[in-house]
Amino acid sequence: MVNTILIISMFIIGISFLLVTVRFLLGTSVVDRVVALDVLTISSVGLIVLLAHFFDRGIYIDVSIVYAILSFIGVIIIAKYLEKSL
Amino acid sequence: MKLKSILILFIILLAFWIILNNSVSPLILLTGAVISLAIAIGFCKTCDVFNDLRLTPRSFLYTFLYLWVFLIELVKSNFDIAFRVLSPSLPINPGIITAKTTLKSKMGRLILANSITLTPGTFTVDIIDDKLFIHCVNMKEEEQEEFGNHIVRKFEKYLEVIYG
Amino acid sequence: MEALQIAGALLTLLGSLFILFAAIGLLRMPDVYNRIQAGTKASTLGSILTLLGIGLCHPEWLLKIGLLILFVIISNPVSSHVLGRAAHFAGIPLSKRTHIDTLKEYRDKELTAKEEQQ
Repeated sequence: MVNTILIISMFIIGISFLLVTVRFLLGTSVVDRVVALDVLTISSVGLIVLLAHFFDRGIYIDVSIVYAILSFIGVIIIAKYLEKSL
Repeated sequence: MKLKSILILFIILLAFWIILNNSVSPLILLTGAVISLAIAIGFCKTCDVFNDLRLTPRSFLYTFLYLWVFLIELVKSNFDIAFRVLSPSLPINPGIITAKTTLKSKMGRLILANSITLTPGTFTVDIIDDKLFIHCVNMKEEEQEEFGNHIVRKFEKYLEVIYG
Repeated sequence: MEALQIAGALLTLLGSLFILFAAIGLLRMPDVYNRIQAGTKASTLGSILTLLGIGLCHPEWLLKIGLLILFVIISNPVSSHVLGRAAHFAGIPLSKRTHIDTLKEYRDKELTAKEEQQ
């Protein structure tokens, strides 16, 4: 029961990954692509924690913490570059 | 008053270290304490954001009230955005408006801007001195000043007590 | 115990739905600023609910997941604000439905004031 619901939500996150990738490829401007990347990384933090549940490994949570921190720093750096202040 | 700043940062860093390590054995505690103290002293040489925090019982009470208001607004904003995205006609009326804040401290302004970003239909594009430039999804051209004041006042009355 | 797990799974389902809304909003909105609004806001609550649901399924991970939720709440508005600022600085145009842009007016005024000084 619990696992069925979790698998359904994993499918929903997968579909949204596809939709965001469409925006990432269409773009029209750099910032559009960065926003798409931001949404991708935030939702993949949720996906990694879901995987931690399925494999029953607590260490994956640490992986997602590091991933969240790295993606945040990446977005900040790209934005600073766009503002020409790097 | 550098000491207060260093102490607050030290406590936050040590709490993060203990949660990440998931144990309180003496060796881990000692390592964490040394590293947190070094980072706190090094960081607070150039940074004084924690100086404005007021450590009174009233400000603790207002922190909880603020968090409660903030969580309600967060949930409301998400339902608002979901409604706008899913309706077929895409009912948006965007525009960037100006609002003035009375908060003096840097940290207070930072938290105000971040809370505005997470409330229904608004996000802060820029802060110049005491002017906040807010992008709204749905705005009316006639009453933009009232609308901006309404958004800012909602959080300001709590942050005023906590940061001043 | 079983009830707690089912509640957690339902929370996760709700969170993944919000992530889906964020993706749809990212596709449908007309310009960068509205996309930032839809994308980052809906995905914040979406990931918070997802994490909280898994936390309810595994109470022993709850502390670390709380840390992760705190980090998402703090970092997400900062990155959306920084992106909006960068977009405005880079001169990416707002959509045709925009009524007013006070930031551009302010920047133009400052620029002309500077030129007059020189």
